[in-house]
Amino acid sequence: MIITDILLALAVVGAIGLIAAILLALVSHFFNVPENETKKNLREQLPGANCGACGYKGCDDYATALAEGKETKANLCIPGGDSTASKLCEILGVVSQDVEEKVAFVHCNGNCAVTSKKAKYDGIQTCRAASALYGGPNDCTYGCMGFGDCAAVCPANAICVRDGIAHVDSTACIGCGLCASTCPKSIISLIPQNANTVVMCSSKDKGADARKKCSNACIGCKKCEKVCPEGAIAVCDNLANIDYSKCTGCGLCVQGCPTNCLKSVCFPALAEK
Amino acid sequence: MLANFIVILTSAVLINNYVLRQFLGICPFLGVSKKLDQSVGMGISVTLVMIIATAATWPIQYFILDAFGLGYMQTIVFILIIAALVQMIELLLKKFIPSLHKGLGVYLPLITTNCAVLGVTINNITDGYGFLESLVSSLGCGLGFMLAMVLFSGLRSRIDETAIPKCFRGLACTLIAASFISLAFFGFDGLAETVGQALA
Repeated sequence: MIITDILLALAVVGAIGLIAAILLALVSHFFNVPENETKKNLREQLPGANCGACGYKGCDDYATALAEGKETKANLCIPGGDSTASKLCEILGVVSQDVEEKVAFVHCNGNCAVTSKKAKYDGIQTCRAASALYGGPNDCTYGCMGFGDCAAVCPANAICVRDGIAHVDSTACIGCGLCASTCPKSIISLIPQNANTVVMCSSKDKGADARKKCSNACIGCKKCEKVCPEGAIAVCDNLANIDYSKCTGCGLCVQGCPTNCLKSVCFPALAEK
Repeated sequence: MLANFIVILTSAVLINNYVLRQFLGICPFLGVSKKLDQSVGMGISVTLVMIIATAATWPIQYFILDAFGLGYMQTIVFILIIAALVQMIELLLKKFIPSLHKGLGVYLPLITTNCAVLGVTINNITDGYGFLESLVSSLGCGLGFMLAMVLFSGLRSRIDETAIPKCFRGLACTLIAASFISLAFFGFDGLAETVGQALA
């Protein structure tokens, strides 16, 4: 009696399962949508971080665009670097181009010790909100406010806020540039990974003003402009700018800078990460 | 007949709200309620699946399981049917309405193992509803789920902009907010009787 009960249950549930399976098989056979083989292969080569550095919503979108021919550039994936680009090109059957590897850099050195605040800010704790209120709580309206909007948006957790300013960990940065587009002060930019010298300030105030607000500020004295043998530095709007296509990293400008707002750096190559 | 349907509907949406009163389907409720458009998408998917699942499980319960005296296999059979059904719906959507398939995207497979869907189908049987009543009840449950999701997504967008003490940030505050909404829904107690009397 018990055996027949078990067998009956088995038979009924098995039959329902079988019918469902047959129906599913039929549906998937007759209503099958062929997936693009190229797209699948391309997607497998992408890192899958979905960071959006390529300008698409995610790796899937980029792979679809490449496969459908809507996108012609196969070197847009910055986190993937050269190796990914060459693999994508292999699949697409085109000649590969090198990816210009970049890292994000915060052009501000106005930490708590050297800057002052004009007001105490108690509102919504984001840079975007603080910046909308009289340019933020800091005296220097160009500098980092340290609420960490960039750190919140970073997919690689490469940004931390120390001493009131954001720092990018260049070993973790994947160069997607989300922080650069998030920063309301636009003080984060993507610079070439092989850059040797950086400007640590974004202030466009006149020298004396800038100096009063922050003792690490660029005062626009043009010393670096004069000392640079390659003509790679130009002071524009009281702020030094480095042309990385000309800079050789000789370091003369760093020695000459009276406020230490130029700094020599060495970012690790993407391959070493 | 119509009055009965209205009572079932209000009761399912407001009084016995699946998420806020019966605590079923909490996973998508907390997981997908960060943005309004996402929660609406999830709500619509769940409502659709609930109605279709009920339409499939109700006859199976009465004409197959009860006929063979296998009522105790209800849970397993229903899970089987709902899983197969959702897969089938996904395949059909992909073929015939690609835009909707893209919109619902991740949510459909997620629903396969959603306890709210299973709960609706089983509760419809336990409550002894007829076929039409079951369909209305599933529609109400789906709408209730969507209502809870939409309300909560609004609340969450406000929470995101607020300075919350560090120890409450993230999931802690989300759970507290969810419990407050749940408490608020207890205020609808007795509404079904009032509606029923008014219609009768």
